[in-house]
Parts: sequence; C-alpha cells; structure tokens
Amino acid sequence: MKRVYAREEYCVGCKLCEIHCIAAHSKYKNDLIKTFKKDTNPPVSRILVEENKPVSFALQCRHCDDAPCTKACIVGAMQKDPETGIVTNEEDRCVGCWTCILVCPYGAIQRDERGHKVASKCDLCSENGKVPACVEHCPNRALEYGEEPFYLAKGK
Amino acid sequence: MNYVIIGNSAAAIGAVEGIRQVDKTNPIVLISDEPYHTYSRPLISYYLAGKVAEDKMLYRKHDFYEKNKVTTMLGTKVVAVDTGNKEVVLENDEKVPYDKLLIATGSVPFIPPMAGLDKNNVFTFIKMDDIKAIKEVVMVGNKAVIIGAGLIGLKAAEGLTNLGVDVTVVELANRVLPAILDEDAAGIVQAHLEKQGIKFELNTSVEAITGSEKVEGVSLKNGKSYAADIVVVAVGVRPNTEIVKDSQIAVSRGIVINDYCQTSIDDVYAAGDVTEGYDIVYAQQRVLPILPNAYNQGETAGLNMAGKISIFNGGFAMNSIGFFGLPMITAGIIKSEDENYEVLVKSVPEQGYYKKIILKDNVVVGYIYLNKVDRAGIVTSLIKDKINVADFKEVLLKDGFGYIDLPQELRKSRLLRGGIA
Repeated sequence: MKRVYAREEYCVGCKLCEIHCIAAHSKYKNDLIKTFKKDTNPPVSRILVEENKPVSFALQCRHCDDAPCTKACIVGAMQKDPETGIVTNEEDRCVGCWTCILVCPYGAIQRDERGHKVASKCDLCSENGKVPACVEHCPNRALEYGEEPFYLAKGK
Repeated sequence: MNYVIIGNSAAAIGAVEGIRQVDKTNPIVLISDEPYHTYSRPLISYYLAGKVAEDKMLYRKHDFYEKNKVTTMLGTKVVAVDTGNKEVVLENDEKVPYDKLLIATGSVPFIPPMAGLDKNNVFTFIKMDDIKAIKEVVMVGNKAVIIGAGLIGLKAAEGLTNLGVDVTVVELANRVLPAILDEDAAGIVQAHLEKQGIKFELNTSVEAITGSEKVEGVSLKNGKSYAADIVVVAVGVRPNTEIVKDSQIAVSRGIVINDYCQTSIDDVYAAGDVTEGYDIVYAQQRVLPILPNAYNQGETAGLNMAGKISIFNGGFAMNSIGFFGLPMITAGIIKSEDENYEVLVKSVPEQGYYKKIILKDNVVVGYIYLNKVDRAGIVTSLIKDKINVADFKEVLLKDGFGYIDLPQELRKSRLLRGGIA
C-alpha cells in the first residue's frame, strides 16, 4: 500500500504539514484561513513534527500491516481496511480509552478531547481521495507518498 | 474441516478473523453461554453509567457472523470437552463434533470465602448480565460497598458514583490498583477518586456481608462496618477452566498453551483469559487476563487452526484505563523487585503527573504513565522488542519522549520499514 515516508535530511521543521493536516480535517475542509480564523475548536494535528535541531522529521500513522491498535481496540472501532490497508478509527464508537495509545509503537495516535473523547489518527486523507495534505503542502519534498520508501525505490 | 469455538469475546472473535484470513469457506460453529451478539466486556461500566447504550456495546457489527459464515449457538452452555471423540458436550447432552477446537471461555470472578455471599444484591462485575442485574435494583442515594480496588472494582466504583450512589471500596492491599500502580501513583489516583466522594478502606477485607434476605451492610476485619444496599465482589478473576477439568487438556492455573496457542492435546487450541501463556517480561508462563492479549492469541490460534503456521511470541501485562478524567497507562513490572532493577521517576503529584520507567540490564521491563499518557506505546514497543536503551536512557523520562530521542539507526530502521512493524 501507499504510505507517507519522511526524509529527515530534507525536513526543515516548518510544521506546515501539521497546519495542513489540521485544515484537511477541520469542518472547513482544506481551507486554511477559515480553519484558523473561524473554527473556534479546530482538530488536533494527526501528523507530528519531531525536532531536535538540526534534525527534524514528520511522523504519522504507519498503517501497519499487522496493526496492533486494531487488535487492542476494546470496542472494535479501530479497523484496517482489507482492500486499501488504511487504518481508521470509527470515531462514534470510540470511547477514548487510549488502549490504542498503549500499543502504538510509533506514538502516532493523538487524544482528541474537544468533545466526545476519541482517538485521532492519520487517515491518509482517504476522504479526499488524493495525495495526503501533508505531502501535497510540504515545501521541501521531505514527505513522499509511495508504495515503498524512496531509498528502496531508488534501488539502494 | 469444521471449526468449533467456545466463547464469544475478544479471543473468540480474533480466532474467527484469524481463520477467515486463511480459510473462507469451511464452517465455523461458535458456542457461548451468553445470549448476546459479541459485545465489549470493558464497556460494561460505561453501560452501567449510561454513557454507552446497549446497541453501542457491540464488539463487531451486526453482520459479523453472517459475513464470516459463522453459525452461532448463543445462550448454549458447553459442559465438557471429549478430546477422544473430538466433540464438545452441551448442557442438554447434545454433542457438537469438531476437527479443530478453540477454547476461549474467558475468566470468572474469583470469590473469596466470606459469610453472607448468598444475600440478595451481592453482585459480580464482569459481564452484561451482571450490569443488568445491578441496573434493576440500583437507585440514586443507595450505598454500595465494593470489595476490591483493582481495575474492575474501581470501574464499578466510577460507574456507580456516576449514578449517584455513595461508594466505599475495601481493598486488602495497601493501595488502589495494586496490580498496575506503585504506592506513589496509587496515592495520586486515590486522592483523585476521593475528590469524587469515593471512600476507601485499605489493608483490610470483608469478614461478613450482613443483613437478612437482602444486603444491609458489611463488617470488616479491621472492626469497622458499613451500611450497604449493594455489594460488588471484584477481588479478581480466574481462568474459566471448568469445562476441561475432566479432560486430558493440561491445566496449571489456566489452560497451558504454547506459542502457537495449542494446548497439550492435538487440534485443541486455547486463547485469552482462560489460558496461561508466556509472559516475555517475567520470562515464565502466566495468566494475563487483558483484552489485547486475548485478541492476539485468538487470532494466532485461528491462523494455526486454518493451517497457516503463526506464532504469538508472548504478551505482558498492559493496561490503559482512566477514572473521572484521569488517564493512566501502565505495562510490565511496575515495582522493582530487587537491586537488579533500575528505576527512573518523575513526579508532580499536585498536577496528578507521574512517570516511572523500570529497567533491568538496560532493557525497559515496565512503566507507569499517569495523566500525560501520550505516545506511551513507544515505551511499550521498547519492552516488546527488548531494545537496549543504555545509550538513551537519560531521555526516557523527558516530556514528549519520541522518535527524535532514539538513536538514528533505530529510528530510521523503524520509520522506513513502514508497515512491517
């Protein structure tokens, strides 16, 4: 399946990916200005920039083949689509118990406590049906969206 | 080939999903003494408090059995397993033949001997019917005594408090949640629960449940007594091994299984709370009654039953739970047992913040995260993968500990392998 791979050598730590992730999942879909001007309670970013200068990189759900969150979920809300491989959380069934946070080896699941507590995570912008917003808006191509990591694709 | 599964919770469902990854056609018969569609056991306290409606309790959707070609026998009790004739015996003496069998009968409440257990309004707290029985009698302003301050007891305490019940919890250990918290963390959690009005009697146990036909109170070994309309016995659980006691299947504390989730008898598998599997932290066979373990063992058993060789190379204790908005995640060994353990602690009790990591030979073997639980799974994975942390242990307690803090080689190998976690 296609995943987002980070190239830490290219990441400048600008966090635009976080900004665009928030916009992509806000009620003003992909509209940066409305998201940050009008949405009084915008979503949490599902991608996280980790930084310890000079190194930085963005990290989000890896959509693991053998995803531990889907097996640990106490209500069966966290599921991996057998066709697309995308792991998503059915938020209206999620009770915010954070068992997925306990088992996610990447620390890629966020607590969204704006209303009904739910686990929030990267859905590869599957509803948009195109390149994930973080990848599309990365100014230095530090995020790549592909079947395999760039270093494998280049035959290294 | 026909598959028979006894049980209908996480391990049983894991097995159905495991079998169907490999074998799409052969019949699966699933037998459960509970009459319900598979539901989430951990949600029963939410159900009690009215936070989740009964129809939102489902562990899998309504069409799950149909989609997976499972024939269910719900509300049907298995009384024995005849491994010689390869059949399970039902309460009505009917027999169900199997080629491959999974025993996923879960656990039953452990009830310590005490006087007065037979009185009305004494309840346990592990399944749907327990909650339905409590819901029938509970009223605002009732008094409840809960015996046991473990995960189940405190979830019962929270649920009942939310219903306007005056709750007292009695615990034999010196602290709340003794299996998953040390004294310091338990103190923070107890203070938080006391603010909600819950009272505690620690270091003691119930001598007798008093009253005539109905519960009227409890008397404690420390000499005190409490009035009560309801008593919940939540001391712990034990593997529900009743149906195999006359069989050849080896049982220690639970049904003994190997890495393939096979029992000692060919074609008989077991998974979940009923088993005793390998604990990678303690490096010994242990009963681990937690949901992720149950699902993983069930799935592994299912894959093997359908012919795809698969191993579950061991679990360890891990829990994520919260009470009245205070979340906590803990795993593995939570108290150092001798001088071979190294303990790292960061504590800010007034903010309800506590972080503790336990190492042995530079490998993380356990941790407690109180309140700030974000990204705890990274530490869980350090335990699971037995990563040597000698080079970065000083950053383990750092706020926001993450992949940036891992050595570059470890970080890159994990991030670039994408799905092959």
